Amino acid sequence: MPEPARHPATAPVAELRGVFKEFSGRSGRLVALQGIDLRIGPKEFAAVLGPSGCGKSTLLNMVAGFDGPTRGEVLFRGEPVRRPDPRRSVVFQEAALFPWFNVLDNITFGPKTCGVAAADYGPRVEALLEQVGLRGFERHYPAELSGGMKQRVGIARVLVMEPELLLMDEPFGSLDAQTRSVMQELLLSVWERHHQAVLFITHDVEEALLLADTVCVMTARPGRIKKRLRVDLPRPRPLEATTSPRFNELKREVLGLIREESLRAASDEPR
Amino acid sequence: MSGRRIPWFLILPILLLGVWHLAVEQRWVTEGIIPAPAQVLESWRRWIFGAPTKSLSPYSGTWVANVLYSGRRVLEGFALAALVAIPLGIFVGWNRLVARLVDPSIQLLRPVPITAWLPFAIAVFGIYDASALFLIGLGSFYPIVVNTSHGVRDTNLLLLRAARMLGAGERTVLLKVVLPSALPSIFTGLRLGVGVAWTAVIVAEMIAVKSGLGYVLWDAYYVGRMDICVATMFSVGLLGFVSDQIILRASQVVLRWRTLERHA
Repeated sequence: MPEPARHPATAPVAELRGVFKEFSGRSGRLVALQGIDLRIGPKEFAAVLGPSGCGKSTLLNMVAGFDGPTRGEVLFRGEPVRRPDPRRSVVFQEAALFPWFNVLDNITFGPKTCGVAAADYGPRVEALLEQVGLRGFERHYPAELSGGMKQRVGIARVLVMEPELLLMDEPFGSLDAQTRSVMQELLLSVWERHHQAVLFITHDVEEALLLADTVCVMTARPGRIKKRLRVDLPRPRPLEATTSPRFNELKREVLGLIREESLRAASDEPR
Repeated sequence: MSGRRIPWFLILPILLLGVWHLAVEQRWVTEGIIPAPAQVLESWRRWIFGAPTKSLSPYSGTWVANVLYSGRRVLEGFALAALVAIPLGIFVGWNRLVARLVDPSIQLLRPVPITAWLPFAIAVFGIYDASALFLIGLGSFYPIVVNTSHGVRDTNLLLLRAARMLGAGERTVLLKVVLPSALPSIFTGLRLGVGVAWTAVIVAEMIAVKSGLGYVLWDAYYVGRMDICVATMFSVGLLGFVSDQIILRASQVVLRWRTLERHA
């Protein structure tokens, strides 16, 4: 039997090949995703940008292993994705913390569940509490936290698992503008430290350009990838990066793509 | 004076007692059938503490013993029901196959009133405690199992996904996510169940066993002691209230995270 090829360091962390996703509902079949090809390289921060209902969360759910494709392949480290795995952990839009556990128990849920020794995860938890600014809130319950604080816990509880791929499904979508930019800065500072691959779903153009190395612009339903752009802004990126000429150039390009798309969608609308 | 200082909850009972007292005193009701509140209170006192002189009344000083009979039956039947209904409810709510296998039977048997089971219980278990336990257990089983399975089925999908992506297997998901998330519903089931248990114990004791508050109630009715009947009704009401409060307080301790949620 031939030895399975070792996964080379430059190979994509995650890959979607010709992925179709259909849902059957009351009004017949609904094509959510149509022929998606996407590769996320090591240390790549990839954003997927699209209007609501374009199937971008469906895309993430398939990489997470919550859902499977109707056709095509979803690969992680060269292996088909079959089920959720802490190596591909998810930050949800609603932080989805366990309301019956306090902050510390929420963060240690993963390591405890996976049988990691307290001596191993203890220092990591301490460092993370510091990095995401949760020091002093260890004994608080989720109900006592603001939206931004909840999402800090949501980020800490997956980072403690040291995932190879971080899946973020509009993690700051339900936060107010102020908190959102604080959280974006926090995410950048944390990511520059851990440097894992990220798949970041958003409908916010500025957010995608500020955070990501590459931005995939998706079409309205059925979701396809219209264009993949490289964001060549230097790192580290402070929030001020959003006012640079290059940023505005990129933003104009993306907005143009989106406008094209919404015009097409509007003309397709049945009358 | 602030509205919080007035014991509002006492107003309606005092009013009702007043109407009752007047109705007896003014002879709005047939004389000799309904006893006055004061008379009930006196009979109840003797029933609890016994008469000052040697009394011929068979009820004198027997209240505590009867309360213990009934209370023990409720406790045993209710505990038995919870022990079966909670795990079963979790499996019914969690596993579609188990649900399809068990749920229809539960839904079919549930509308059969506990009173309709009486002849069956007596025929099978005889005039013994087992009859009472069967009826109490069966009666409180339904609300517990139904509410438990509801609570399990209502578990937030996102929380299940969160647990799984953090590496949780089926067992951890059940114990750390599904069970705590269903606990509020389970406690609702327990509170409804203990209410049914008190109903069932009175029914069972009136007919299927020869002790306890239900037995006293029926016996007193037969010998025309309406004062004891009314005192029994109050006793059962009080005991039902106390057992509900015990479960409510226990749930507030266990579900502390939830009271935080409500104040947030």
